[in-house]
Amino acid sequence: MQRKVISIVLAGILVVGILSGCGSATDSSAVQLINVSYDPTRELYEAYNQMFAEHWKEQTGQEIEVTQSHGGSGKQALEVANGLEADVVTLALEYDVKAVEDAGLIDSGWIDEFSLDSSPYTSTIVFLVRKGNPKDIRDWDDLVRDDVSIITPNPKTSGGARWNYLAAWAYAKQLYNSDEIQIKKFIQKLYQNVLVLDSGARGATTSFIENGQGDVLVAWENEAFLSIQDYPNDYEIITPSISILAQPSVAVVDSVVDSKQTREAATEYLNYLYSEKAQRIAGDNYYRPSNEEILQEYKDVFDLDIHLVTIDDFGGWEEAQETHFADGGIFDQIYEK
Amino acid sequence: MHEEKVGSKIVKGILIGLSILFLVVMLLFPLFIIITESLKNGWNTYIKAVTDKYTVSALWLTLKATVIAVALNTIFGIFAAWTITKFHFKGKKILTTLIDIPVTVSPIIAGLIFLLTFGRQSFLYPYLQAANIKIVFAVPGIILATIFVTFPFISRELIPVLEAQGTEEEEAAALMGAGGITIFRKITFPHIKWAFIYGIVLCTARAMGEFGAVSVLSGHLRGVTNTLPLHVEILFNEFQYVPAFAVSSILVMLALIILVIRSVVEHISGKEE
Amino acid sequence: MKRSKRSVIPGFGISMGVTLTMLSIVVLIPLISLVVFTLQMDLKDVIEVITRERVLASFKVSFQTALIASLINAVMGLILSWVLVRYSFPGKKIMDGMIELPFAMPTAVAGIALTSLTADQGWIGSFFARYGIKIAYTKIGITVALVFVGLPFVVRSVQPVLEKLDPSYEEAAGVLGANPVMIFWKVIFPELVPALFTGFGLAFGRCLGEYGSVVFIAGNKPYETEIVPLIIMSELQEFDYSSATAIALIMLLVSFFILFLVNMIQARNTKILKGGR
Repeated sequence: MQRKVISIVLAGILVVGILSGCGSATDSSAVQLINVSYDPTRELYEAYNQMFAEHWKEQTGQEIEVTQSHGGSGKQALEVANGLEADVVTLALEYDVKAVEDAGLIDSGWIDEFSLDSSPYTSTIVFLVRKGNPKDIRDWDDLVRDDVSIITPNPKTSGGARWNYLAAWAYAKQLYNSDEIQIKKFIQKLYQNVLVLDSGARGATTSFIENGQGDVLVAWENEAFLSIQDYPNDYEIITPSISILAQPSVAVVDSVVDSKQTREAATEYLNYLYSEKAQRIAGDNYYRPSNEEILQEYKDVFDLDIHLVTIDDFGGWEEAQETHFADGGIFDQIYEK
Repeated sequence: MHEEKVGSKIVKGILIGLSILFLVVMLLFPLFIIITESLKNGWNTYIKAVTDKYTVSALWLTLKATVIAVALNTIFGIFAAWTITKFHFKGKKILTTLIDIPVTVSPIIAGLIFLLTFGRQSFLYPYLQAANIKIVFAVPGIILATIFVTFPFISRELIPVLEAQGTEEEEAAALMGAGGITIFRKITFPHIKWAFIYGIVLCTARAMGEFGAVSVLSGHLRGVTNTLPLHVEILFNEFQYVPAFAVSSILVMLALIILVIRSVVEHISGKEE
Repeated sequence: MKRSKRSVIPGFGISMGVTLTMLSIVVLIPLISLVVFTLQMDLKDVIEVITRERVLASFKVSFQTALIASLINAVMGLILSWVLVRYSFPGKKIMDGMIELPFAMPTAVAGIALTSLTADQGWIGSFFARYGIKIAYTKIGITVALVFVGLPFVVRSVQPVLEKLDPSYEEAAGVLGANPVMIFWKVIFPELVPALFTGFGLAFGRCLGEYGSVVFIAGNKPYETEIVPLIIMSELQEFDYSSATAIALIMLLVSFFILFLVNMIQARNTKILKGGR
């Protein structure tokens, strides 16, 4: 019996020792920030972090180190809500930042903390087709043709893909004068043409490019540009007549910066995203700068004539989520038999 | 007699052919894809991808988590297999089943339950905070997840062999007055040597490659809590297709190193016999 | 926990102690927290969540593909381990070492590689496409990915037992005039059954929960190729922990039940074997 007790204690010490031994964080005199972002912003923030470090040093004389975390937007939000100590979040949609707010980590009203709804850069939804556009795809109504097969990620698993769905909805809404039954039919037809419903944006791009599936990839503009950059001779971008203004949201995680005492640096980190230099970095990485003047500098890159609706046309994210993507919502209904 | 030999030769040929075909299609083809994709843009891109500082730190973390997980699972595996096969007690089947559970739990669920147990929503969280112990989104969480997914591997390899061997030899030794450790070393271990090596190799391979559970618990902090498989996933999601394959080729090479080590061990211990 | 029969072998206390302690920390406490979390939900809500048509369809897809994949693995695993233990031929060592590869490869990479192989322009896919068979983005594709991830289990469970097998029984049977087929089925196979079951059970469980490689090859069409872990993922994406844990708990109970069954069969088998001797 005594032996049993000893063994339990031994094993306990072993495990606890290993767990706590690894838990100690590295100490450094530099200010440490953690920026939890979503997938395709890596190059953007890699360039920006370097620029910001110089800017911060100039202003305060302090060194600053920013650690990046990238992943699916919803998953990243979930992790911050569960204790990942992010000083700032820069996610794909407002709804995901709201989830962090709901966990009690971000004070309400964050959306007005920075200008333009706290989205320093935007994007939109476009089509990527094979070179020469063999299926002659010009606009959303071509996507419901019987001979067209589509690749787009699943809006239920990919936060970014919700913008794709909503952009299609916006087109149908205009086409059918808000007749909901017709719109639903249009969306249903569109998703019936979807050949592979990948779980994320990158998976969809792989299906379309590496595996040669489908005729058209519905994608974020910045991601479409990245594909063109890799394969300039194989693909081209088609901008539809109507699309949605995809607004990635940024916010300071209040409870974290308060306990780490990094509020000042974190706020400046996000604020400086609106500076002209940073706006150009966004433009160079194929995000649309939210500063109108800088955006005009990129008018050869982006199609600025596109008619863009916003999430407010859907009554905001909460309502859009409830109507379209929640369990039993319209996206589920169009798949019901 | 002669006919039989021809027959068994044909069987041998068919079986070997079938095995080779299966392995070529299921293993070599994917392997080949990885290698060709990782070298698609030439050696320079490859070297750049594998020597990137984030790749290197991910490699170290992967090795660290793997070594700790394998060590702890080995200790556990030996004790568990010994307990289950050498003694009779009530609830043995439930115990065996509980040990197996981690393999069958979807990695995502595994990550999720650790998140619920040690994360912000947990009742343990305030205590962990007070003690300044970070588990989720830090290295301990990654190690814990790795231990979890490979938990039964070693005991699972040992149990069938020990069961087939029975307990007579150990009982005889015990009656002659040998102690527990002596019995294990002199009688039990020689029987389970191969199974033991297989278990460690299996456990190491799985620990290195684990993605799902670790992904939920890591937080993906670049250079801090990224393991190699996570780094691959991140590169892939960042539209860095070729570097992603280059980094995964490191994992393939690690697997090959293990294979070589095992062959050497087999060779040496084969000589002893 | 009381020993029902006194054993002369020492070390019961310490080994049971270590086993239970580690089991509690790594497995029991997290599992209990999952159960507690789910119990906070109404039973009605849990039933409502898991009986949604789409969830049921995904259960069907997951079970079907996992079952077929682990059966294939059981058969191929048996053949492979036999070949690796009983025959000698050039390249055997390499073959033997490759078995763990599916574990070491990150599942996502495996999924991407397998998809590009089996898509209708890939090496394997184009071959089958000529006969009108699609592999990637169908249930066959899911099965292929699952065969890949479950491959090492059966081989590595059966192999050690086969290696340990006393050849004198076979020789005796051979002397008594039994033909090789009979020797295999009557003498060798029964010895391998427990290990085979173990490998099968583990492979099945692993296949049921596999996510990383399957999402790339599945196509993820609702009702057709959507697997349970993907549903859990989408619930999490909506920050709906309770639905996610409810589905997770059901999967957990099912795999617990299957494993328990496998262990029962294995235990019974061992008893029969021992009694026969």
